[in-house]
Amino acid sequence: MDLLAFAIERYNYWIFITLMMMGLFIVIARGNLIKKMIGLNVFQTSVFIYYISIGKIAGGTAPIYLPEDLKARMAHGGDHAPLPGKDAIGAGAIRVDESLHGGAGFAGNDLQSLAGKAAPPEGAALHSAPEGAANDILAAPPLTIEDHAGAAGAAADLAKAAAEIVYSNPLPHVLILTAIVVGIATTAVGLALIVRIREAYGTIEEDELEAADDIAEFGYVPSKRGLPEQRAGA
Amino acid sequence: MTQFLAQLPVLPIIIPLIAAPLTMLLPARALKGRIPCLFATLVSWIAFAASAAILHSVATAGPISYHMGDFAPPIGIEYRIDLANALVLTLVSGVAALAFPFSYASIRAEIDDHQLSMFYAMALIAMVGLLGVVITGDAFNVFVFVEISSLSTYALVALGARRDRRALTASFNYLVMGTIGATFFVIGLGLLYQATGTLNMADLKIQLAGRDNPMVEAGFAFILVGMGLKAAMFPMHLWMPNAYAHAPSAVAVFLAATSTKVAVYVIIRFTYTVIGADFDFAGAAFEYLIAPLAVMGMFFASIVAIFQDNLKRMLAYSSVGQIGYMLLGISFGTEQGLAASLVHLFNHGLMKGALFMAAAAVAFRVGSETCDGFRGLARRMPWTAAAFIIAALSLVGVPGTIGFISKWQLLSAAFDSGRAWAGFLIVASSLLSVIYMGRVVELMTLAPAPDASAAVREAPLSMLVPMAILVAANIYFGLSTELTVDLAERAATSLMGAAR
Amino acid sequence: MSIEHLVLRVVIKILFAPILLFALYVQFHGDYGAGGGFQAGVIFAVAFILHALIMGLDETKRVLPAAALKAMMVVGFLFYAGTGAATMLLGGNLLGYDAIAPNSDHNEGQHYGILLVEFGVGMAVASTMLMIFYQFAGREPEIRDEDW
Repeated sequence: MDLLAFAIERYNYWIFITLMMMGLFIVIARGNLIKKMIGLNVFQTSVFIYYISIGKIAGGTAPIYLPEDLKARMAHGGDHAPLPGKDAIGAGAIRVDESLHGGAGFAGNDLQSLAGKAAPPEGAALHSAPEGAANDILAAPPLTIEDHAGAAGAAADLAKAAAEIVYSNPLPHVLILTAIVVGIATTAVGLALIVRIREAYGTIEEDELEAADDIAEFGYVPSKRGLPEQRAGA
Repeated sequence: MTQFLAQLPVLPIIIPLIAAPLTMLLPARALKGRIPCLFATLVSWIAFAASAAILHSVATAGPISYHMGDFAPPIGIEYRIDLANALVLTLVSGVAALAFPFSYASIRAEIDDHQLSMFYAMALIAMVGLLGVVITGDAFNVFVFVEISSLSTYALVALGARRDRRALTASFNYLVMGTIGATFFVIGLGLLYQATGTLNMADLKIQLAGRDNPMVEAGFAFILVGMGLKAAMFPMHLWMPNAYAHAPSAVAVFLAATSTKVAVYVIIRFTYTVIGADFDFAGAAFEYLIAPLAVMGMFFASIVAIFQDNLKRMLAYSSVGQIGYMLLGISFGTEQGLAASLVHLFNHGLMKGALFMAAAAVAFRVGSETCDGFRGLARRMPWTAAAFIIAALSLVGVPGTIGFISKWQLLSAAFDSGRAWAGFLIVASSLLSVIYMGRVVELMTLAPAPDASAAVREAPLSMLVPMAILVAANIYFGLSTELTVDLAERAATSLMGAAR
Repeated sequence: MSIEHLVLRVVIKILFAPILLFALYVQFHGDYGAGGGFQAGVIFAVAFILHALIMGLDETKRVLPAAALKAMMVVGFLFYAGTGAATMLLGGNLLGYDAIAPNSDHNEGQHYGILLVEFGVGMAVASTMLMIFYQFAGREPEIRDEDW
């Protein structure tokens, strides 16, 4: 029963794995080049979903300043506290409990090194349930990113403001935005190649392409496995 | 001046990156297409000069850390250069600096004139991508740069379609395999990020210490498979022979000498800098999985190479075997083995570059890429033939050449780590390379030239000079090992030291 | 030209300007809310792609020739890379936008830097998207009817 709950709680990974396997299967099993590209896209999309899901925190909002957030920032504008201290760590701890899988309190290392504290004690749960623990870690980083972008004073304000609002971790989203752009570029190049292949060979079926190449090179089809009819029969 | 020196680590990236779109706008048809070629050559020389300066600075003053956007790591992106990167960086930019001037004659014969500016822009971007992979200290940055170089490489390979339409299918297969490899790599990174919350390689190492759990293991496995695909590690090499054989000859020169080497470098980097030695599974993966595959690759690929008729494809299969040597060296798990791998990585780049250059020169003058084209070549194109023979001797591992140095390093690493079997296998597979190289050399020197020999002249100077420089490097580093072996040993020591 | 697709033609004429405006909004509001160069660039390109779908590619190419797109790709990219490089000349590291306004206590440099980079990204993305569309749509239709 626990095992079942363990498995169902991590439904995002099941989606990821299913999509990934589907994509890979399509790439390998389909002979049509367009279908291969579709499979490749499904495969890549599964990774996007994986990344996005690890950055999601239950109840967390998009990492954009909300009006209250801005107000809090204005109110503390002149305050030049050195670095986020207990508040920020506390915020991390609060949000840890609300994270996707719950679990041990383990504030992100970024936050810790930033605050100049010793490394946090690693919860025992880290080893028993690594995925859950890792998601907790992800609960912490959002404000650290801003910390580095801004001066120390702004960081302290943000830490206070962030204590009131729960943000999802934007970093995986940013990473995957990059990967999506790369994916689009790959798809465009792949489709362009398919267009050229269609013009050069008159077909986009892989076995027909192989047969055409064999005929061009040897004058005949050396292995019958290249022929579609044979494949269908097998 | 100090400001300039402080910016040195990004110069090999940012200068070609800005130059690439400018190259696109240069006129392709004026002055017989010389303008984009000269511009790209100049840029690659600047990148090489910067890389050499980095290597010098790292060798004398220790690792460089450059903070992108003034954000301190581990949150900011860091360019971290130690000896291992600097060595590969110098190899990649050095080969590029020779391949660009070399490419002019060959590429003009093989692609349409109006594509020349685009070609050089893409080649510069491919170079930026490879340099970026090597230079960066941020794990996700590696993926971005891998894809930058791969995407331009797909297009470069497909440019061979004017001569042979199979370049298109080769490029498409390369695209599918390469994308799967890169995506596996991203999955691995995601798992490591999830386990640690950081993407900086040095910080990953700190965070991963003592966390030998299945998630990290899975992450490492994904990274290993992904980069193994890019490195054409046996049995994931099937995209490579076709891609190299059908790509324009000049593209094959650059790719064969650099791209798979960079992927091997990434494997080394992740194994030692990120995962480190306290993970038993990394050692076990190399001992029980990579080493047998490397040995199989060494033999299988060499045997297949013997039966190839297309010279470029034969050289590509030979590369698969040579990648096997590098991985075998890493799998010893000793400092010596790692140093031998790094030396071989560097040396193999030089010799494969020279061999592919000779093949490109023959394709340019004789118009044939099959072994038949080499018939009687010693009399028709003596300089090219000499270059090919020296590079072939180097590949086989004759004393006085770099091939001997790296084989010697590998052998001594094998015996010192108590793997005598590996030593014998290395020698045995070297004998196979004698067969496939000897076959071509025999055709060149002993076989009579076909009747049409009168029409064939020696390759133009723009090809001969870069080829001669590479061949000279083959001999120079074979006699004077200070630069390569000493640096590689120091690099291996620091990598291993960091791993502990 | 006949007046086929009259409704579509009218609709695109009405929608064209608002789409561009929306793209600019997403572009420049990206500092404060969701948005930025990538999204804006794609939205910008969508206006022209819609135009090409309904008016025909040749009409669109008269409005925005492929050579201009090529220049836009280059200029956009140079904006992007050049901003990063300019900070190197101003004394910061690559992409160190604080060097643009070093004396600001509100990180103005970061804002300017991001604004410039996003503008470059938007321009490059829009022109690249359109270029991809032009290249695909502009090829001779060599697929015969019976192939379908």
